[in-house]
Parts: sequence; C-alpha cells; structure tokens
Amino acid sequence: MVAKQLSVFIENRQGRLGEVLAVLKENGVNILSLSLADTTEYGLLRLIVNDSQLGKEMLSKEGFSTIVSDVLVVKIDHKCGSLQGLLTILSKENINVEYMYGLSLDGDQASVVIKTSHPEKAMEILKAQKISTLTNEDLKDM
Amino acid sequence: MIWNKEMECMSRDKMTELQSERLVKLVNYVYNNVEFYKKKMQAIGLKPSDIKGVEDLYKLPFTTKDDLRDNYPFGLFAVPKSKIVRVHASSGTTGKATVVGYTKNDIEAWAECVARCFSMAGISNDDIIQVAYGYGLFTGGLGAHYGAEKIGAMTVPMSTGNSKKLITMMTDFQATAIACTPSYLLHLSELIKEEDLLSTIKLKTAICGAEPWTEEMRKQIESSLNISAFDIYGLSEVMGPGVACDCKYHKGLHICEDHFLPEIVDSKTKQPLGDNQLGELVFTTLTKEGLPLIRYNTKDLTEMYHGTCDCGRTSVRIGKFKGRADDMLIIRGVNVFPSQIEAALVGLEEVSAHYHIIVDRINNLDTLEIQVEVKEEYFTDEIRSIETLTKKIAHAVNQALGLNAKIKLVEPKSLTRFEGKSVHVTDKRKLY
Repeated sequence: MVAKQLSVFIENRQGRLGEVLAVLKENGVNILSLSLADTTEYGLLRLIVNDSQLGKEMLSKEGFSTIVSDVLVVKIDHKCGSLQGLLTILSKENINVEYMYGLSLDGDQASVVIKTSHPEKAMEILKAQKISTLTNEDLKDM
Repeated sequence: MIWNKEMECMSRDKMTELQSERLVKLVNYVYNNVEFYKKKMQAIGLKPSDIKGVEDLYKLPFTTKDDLRDNYPFGLFAVPKSKIVRVHASSGTTGKATVVGYTKNDIEAWAECVARCFSMAGISNDDIIQVAYGYGLFTGGLGAHYGAEKIGAMTVPMSTGNSKKLITMMTDFQATAIACTPSYLLHLSELIKEEDLLSTIKLKTAICGAEPWTEEMRKQIESSLNISAFDIYGLSEVMGPGVACDCKYHKGLHICEDHFLPEIVDSKTKQPLGDNQLGELVFTTLTKEGLPLIRYNTKDLTEMYHGTCDCGRTSVRIGKFKGRADDMLIIRGVNVFPSQIEAALVGLEEVSAHYHIIVDRINNLDTLEIQVEVKEEYFTDEIRSIETLTKKIAHAVNQALGLNAKIKLVEPKSLTRFEGKSVHVTDKRKLY
C-alpha cells in the first residue's frame, strides 16, 4: 500500500502558511513530515499527516486548493549509504523520483517520502527487495 | 517647416467650405457603396441630400468599434477588394481583430499626413530617422515609415525588439530622429546612459505616440537625451499615426482636418460640444476610399480648440488626452481590452472565469500581470505541472493580445467577485 500525501497551494503572502497550519491544528490533524517547495510566486506545501482525507476536507472548506496523491514512505536504516542504495534499486527499474523529503522515526530508523513516476510498480519492487514501507494505517497511529 | 501650407494654414471659412464639400461627397459615396451605412441612414430616415455641409454632421449616426467587428473582416470597405492594396489590423474587443483597408490613394494621403506631422517636428530630408514602432499589422511602423520616406529622410526600419542593435545603429549611423513610444524612448535613454553613449549620439528629435503620455514625461525625455520630443496621434480605424501632431509650441495637437473632420461629443448625451469642453473624440474621414468612417467614436477623452497657433497653422487642435471612455488599455503601445483576456481564459478548462489584470510601469516599460484562479481539480502536487499550466495560459494570452503577460496563479475564490459590472483592472501607471 502506498501512503497518501496532502499537498496545498499557497500564495506567497504573509501569514498564509500559518493559516494552513491553524486549520490542521483545529481539526486535530497531526503533521508527521513536510516539505515546502517555493517559487517566486507561490509555494507548494506537501504534508504527511495522520489523516490526509480529513486534512483535505477541512482545507478545501476553507478555500485552499488541495490534492491527495500517492507517495512511498520507505523505511531505511539511519546510516550512511542507505538512501543511495534505495535509489539505485529504483533507478535500475527506470523509476524516476519526482521529489522527496525525509520523515524521522525513532531510534536508528529513518524514512524518506518519495514521489515517483510509477508508485504502484515502485511498491512491488520494494516488496520484492523486502524493503518495508509505511502505509496510511501506520501513519494514523503516529 | 510647414509641409502643406495651403491646407495647414487655411482660413476657417475656406476650411469649412472644403470640409463641407468633402462631407457631402463622402455621405453620397458611403450611401452608395456600403450597405451598412445605407441601412443605418434609412433606419432614421436620413437621405444623403439632407447633408448639405458640416453643419449637418450631427444628423449622421455614429460608427463604433463594434460595427467594425460585426462587419469583420471587409464588410465596411467601400471599394472592391481589387482596389485595396494594404490591410492593417488592431485589437478588437473580443477574439476578432479590427481590420482596416487602404487603397493606393489612401496610402498616399496617409503618407502626406505623416509627412505634415514629421515636418511639424522639424524633420526634413537631412534627417536620419529610426522607426522603432512595430512593422506588421500594427499601423505604427509602416505608417511612420511611408511618411518619413515622403519627406525624403533616410529611413531606418528598426521595428521593435532589439534595443541594443537600435542603439548601435543610432550611434554608428548618427541618427538624428526616432519614432517610437514615449515609454520605450525613456527606456532607451537609460540604456544609452548606462553605456555612456550620450555624448556620441546625434539624436535631436523624437516623434512619440501610440500611447498616452504626460507633459512631465515629455520634459523628462527632452532633458534626459537633450532632444525635442513631439506627440503624434492616430488610430488604425481612422488611418494610423498622423491624424494629429503637436508643433514646437506644444499647445495641443494639430489635426489634419482636411482629411479627418473632428468633433468632441458629450460622454453621456453624445451631443456635440464646443471648444475647450471635455468629451469623446469623434472623427469622420473626409477623403478615405477603402474604409471611410462616418462619426467614428475613438472613445479618447479630450478637448478641442480653434484659433491660429504661434506656429502659423490654423488647423484645429486637440489637448492632451484625459483618459478613455471605455476600458481599453494601452500597454507597450498595444491596445488591449480586458474582454480579450477574458475570452482567452474562458477557452482554457483549467482556470476559472475570474481574473484580475495589473498594469504597471517598471523601468519605463509597461508590465502586464494577470492573476488567474486555477480550478481545484486541476491542481497538482508537482511544480513542473503547475509551471506547464502557467506557460499554457501565458501562451493563450500572448496569442490573443500579441503581448507577453506574467501569469500569476492565485488560490481559488481569492479574487474579488463582483455583482454587476466587474472591475478587472488595476492600472498603477500615471498616464494622464
């Protein structure tokens, strides 16, 4: 199972990011990880939250453009070279990484959030390699 | 120098007589050659014989830009296509352009009018003039070009788009005159200063037009380049540049009134106004064969005054423009109607029908920003896709306007909704 990512379009104006966060807070949506892609005109806030569907509904109600998309949250060892090893596996299968960012876990485990060109196929490859990923169910409890 | 002393310095009585004679001929001409005018006159029970002179002008119905659109492309031409030797086109209020056609005689009359204007600015066959208006469907480039050639000046058809080459040639050719928009000339003056070429150029005269500009801007241009700058006016429907120009006394723009009969009408009642009263400028073309126009409303707001100028010309003058009676914008010399932008956006399924236009002038160049709301279902989590969409919108706008616009995507429902007449434009420039 792939995980769901919640993305929000944010105009570059003061306080707008804070408003998004306030909506999530008021509705008890917890942020596990985030990445903010910024251009000169707007920002794209990508979030891994404990309930992406609730987050989307609440933000849409407040007039934000949102989208829920499939990403992989891949567990990796918190040590040198583990991310490189993961990317090599994907690259060999011609799977492109559109973007990625980190999500920290306890102890010596880390994880990365990856948006790929082919999420389902990437999932199968990782399964075959016995690399574990986090699902929406896992995220709910975090 | 006065190019055509007979016409430009004619006594008022003689001018009225000439205009009356030409008007009577014109009314008969359009009645017999253009179905549109015949129907319009018949509808109000007006016969050509009812028009005996300029005093009867007010009896004739107005013609508008919408009439040109409704008869697109050639419906208002008064001659068969075989007699038309040139067409130009300008912005229409919707997707369709406004098309104008010229016979050989029209092109000749146009060159004559531009020659008068250039002479008014002191340009002669001793000058080297760079024409830096766009050459093409826009009347600016070719209109100025033919006038400059008629005067016998060495004419350099620069067109637009390459400031560096323009300045190089201005220096190398020792150009003495330039025809371009006033904002572009200010931009050029900064480039010239940056490259430290002010002492090497030989420029002495500028003929600026295609957009409104203030007296302050003229003084700024003159002092920054140490030249004399003149205001030339025209519009493609009536002919193109050369309808009017100011002389070195800068006390209004002299109209070539033996060709273009002007009126100022009240914005509300559309009744003719007297001298020094602000209203909408209306022209009746007295000599045009291809696309003669009866009482064409330019929607430009100004005032008119009679009297002999210090330069000796007796031709009627119009003052600086005070604005527009419609929502037309002039951006980098290009006429833009918000409705054109709307039409382009409506053609794209990804965006909502709401938009806002912001026009500004930065470093003397006009900027156009269009704020657009993307529909939520077309929103994506990838910057690349959003950039692709932005480019697609920019391309559609460019195709519609012939101008590059900066597209700014904004959040859905963030643009103000209007009940009744929408206000779609914020113009930050000081033009009037």
